[in-house]
Amino acid sequence: MATTVSTSRKAPADAAGGGRVRRAGGSRNYLGGLFGWIWLAIIIIPIYWIVVTSFKEQSEYFGSNPLALPKAPTLSAYQQVIESNILRYFINSVIITVGSVVPAVLMSFMAAFAIVRGGGGRFLKAVNGVFLMGLAIPLQATIIPVYLIIIRLELYDTLAALILPSIAFAIPLTVLLLSNFIRDVPNELFESMRLDGSSEWGSMWRLAFPLTRPAIVTVSIYNALQVWNGFLLPLVLTQSPERRVMPLALWDFQGQYTINIPAVLAAVVLSTLPILVLYVVGRRQLIAGLTAGFSK
Amino acid sequence: MSSVAVSAAGAAGSGGRGTSHGRLAWLVLPALLFFTVFGIVPLVGVFALSFTSWDGIGSVTFSGFDSWTSVLRDPGLPHALLVTFLIMALSWLVQTPISLLIGVFIAGNQRYRAFLAVLYFIPLLLSSAAIAIVYKALLDPNFGIGAGLGLDFLNQNWLGRPWLALGVVVFVVSWQFVPFHSLIYQGGVRQIPVSMYEAAQLDGAGRVKQFFHITVPQLKYTIITSSTLMVVGSLTFFDLIFVLTQGGPGDATRSLALDMYLRGFRASLMGPASAIAVILVVVGLVLALLLQRLGGKDANTSQLEGA
Repeated sequence: MATTVSTSRKAPADAAGGGRVRRAGGSRNYLGGLFGWIWLAIIIIPIYWIVVTSFKEQSEYFGSNPLALPKAPTLSAYQQVIESNILRYFINSVIITVGSVVPAVLMSFMAAFAIVRGGGGRFLKAVNGVFLMGLAIPLQATIIPVYLIIIRLELYDTLAALILPSIAFAIPLTVLLLSNFIRDVPNELFESMRLDGSSEWGSMWRLAFPLTRPAIVTVSIYNALQVWNGFLLPLVLTQSPERRVMPLALWDFQGQYTINIPAVLAAVVLSTLPILVLYVVGRRQLIAGLTAGFSK
Repeated sequence: MSSVAVSAAGAAGSGGRGTSHGRLAWLVLPALLFFTVFGIVPLVGVFALSFTSWDGIGSVTFSGFDSWTSVLRDPGLPHALLVTFLIMALSWLVQTPISLLIGVFIAGNQRYRAFLAVLYFIPLLLSSAAIAIVYKALLDPNFGIGAGLGLDFLNQNWLGRPWLALGVVVFVVSWQFVPFHSLIYQGGVRQIPVSMYEAAQLDGAGRVKQFFHITVPQLKYTIITSSTLMVVGSLTFFDLIFVLTQGGPGDATRSLALDMYLRGFRASLMGPASAIAVILVVVGLVLALLLQRLGGKDANTSQLEGA
């Protein structure tokens, strides 16, 4: 586990520095290169197929080479998907993602701060132990009691039913990661804040929070990816189309448009778009976040 | 654990356990509350529910060991365990060598490798549901890529035959997760001291020899970490298999996690489904502990460094 945590913190620095000595000097590694390109083909052909097909008419898809570029690129598949209320599902996904990531990260940050700066009392140690144990609980295995709890809280088929468990399941890893980073803040800085008359609460927001911002961004992106792509919670805890989120909408489209493959793939593209934007904008942060979030 | 030692030292450094530190404890309460209600309680709850009968709508009634006897007598259980184990073992066998090689490959600092790495990571962005939907369409015997390209070897009834379907699940799992594991290996490789390779070169060791005598042994703990994540993670593949095959054909890909869902939420047998969930948790814990044991004591210390 730790290997990943430490590498994820090191990787961006490596990538930025870039000046590593070339290890296998001498001859070029043709075999490695060949392998690399073959793997690229395996990864990229399905992705390419998704994108080109989503710009084809349904009739063109059946008539032509599936890997050919569209003869007459069209947005009709996208139009069809957008007309089938995908905007509603998209907004639902945004609501549950923002609604669970922001509170989860804020609460985890406060907890991590208390665990690191709270003086190592027995209570805080036990709480830390509970969160560490939580890393090992698979979400899937607890879904039935979660369902029961949501029913008893009369939250079944609401967006809150998705938000509350998502917050809980983001907490253990977020606390672990953020406490590692808060621990790296030199004690002298807290000391001088204290001498300037700042309370611990003030130091938390004005010192620890800004200094751990890269970690907070990383872990937020990771959690957002988990919630955005989550399937089991919405499948079990919601029912009506008004509460549908993107992954379920994809599944539903696939049932509805069995043979309208361009439309199904256009929906796939639309559901991935926000994350793709994140990837393009903050690739390093996202990759670091993905490695950090190894546990689930 | 080191964390505790460090924070205790920090407290001592800033003038002992003053009252200001004691007052911080309330900050953990919101996180603790959420995690208790939706993490701890369900974990205990799933164990408790395995001794009840509940149809998912009505009231929950105590039923002793009924759920357990019905689950343990059901021939579906050994089958689901077998499927789960097969998916676990095969996807480990496929993913580990590929991830290791890709990890070594992208740890190199050549420009084109950095570029390829950007593309390799794309599957990480897609949801399991999306990936399953894409492959379902791609492998369709009538409308998929095999039919479209007229390539007979690609044009199989991929999801209609038991062994082929299992193979497809393993392939799709690998397609989805190799990028993540190669990322872990990339990090591991970059921490191997360059001097080791320089020394090996002076001794005249070739690239293959260096790989097997330096890279692989040095990555021991990375291999254990990555394998633990693969093995434990494979227990809980749900969305991928659910969308791709629904457990079919027949029950050829009905793994434990899927079996739990289908029993609980389709057959309304929440008691037996909870018993399966308990089995999932226990199997996961045992496997994780065994794999950590493999790494020996050193692995534990290196693990604690991060904690």
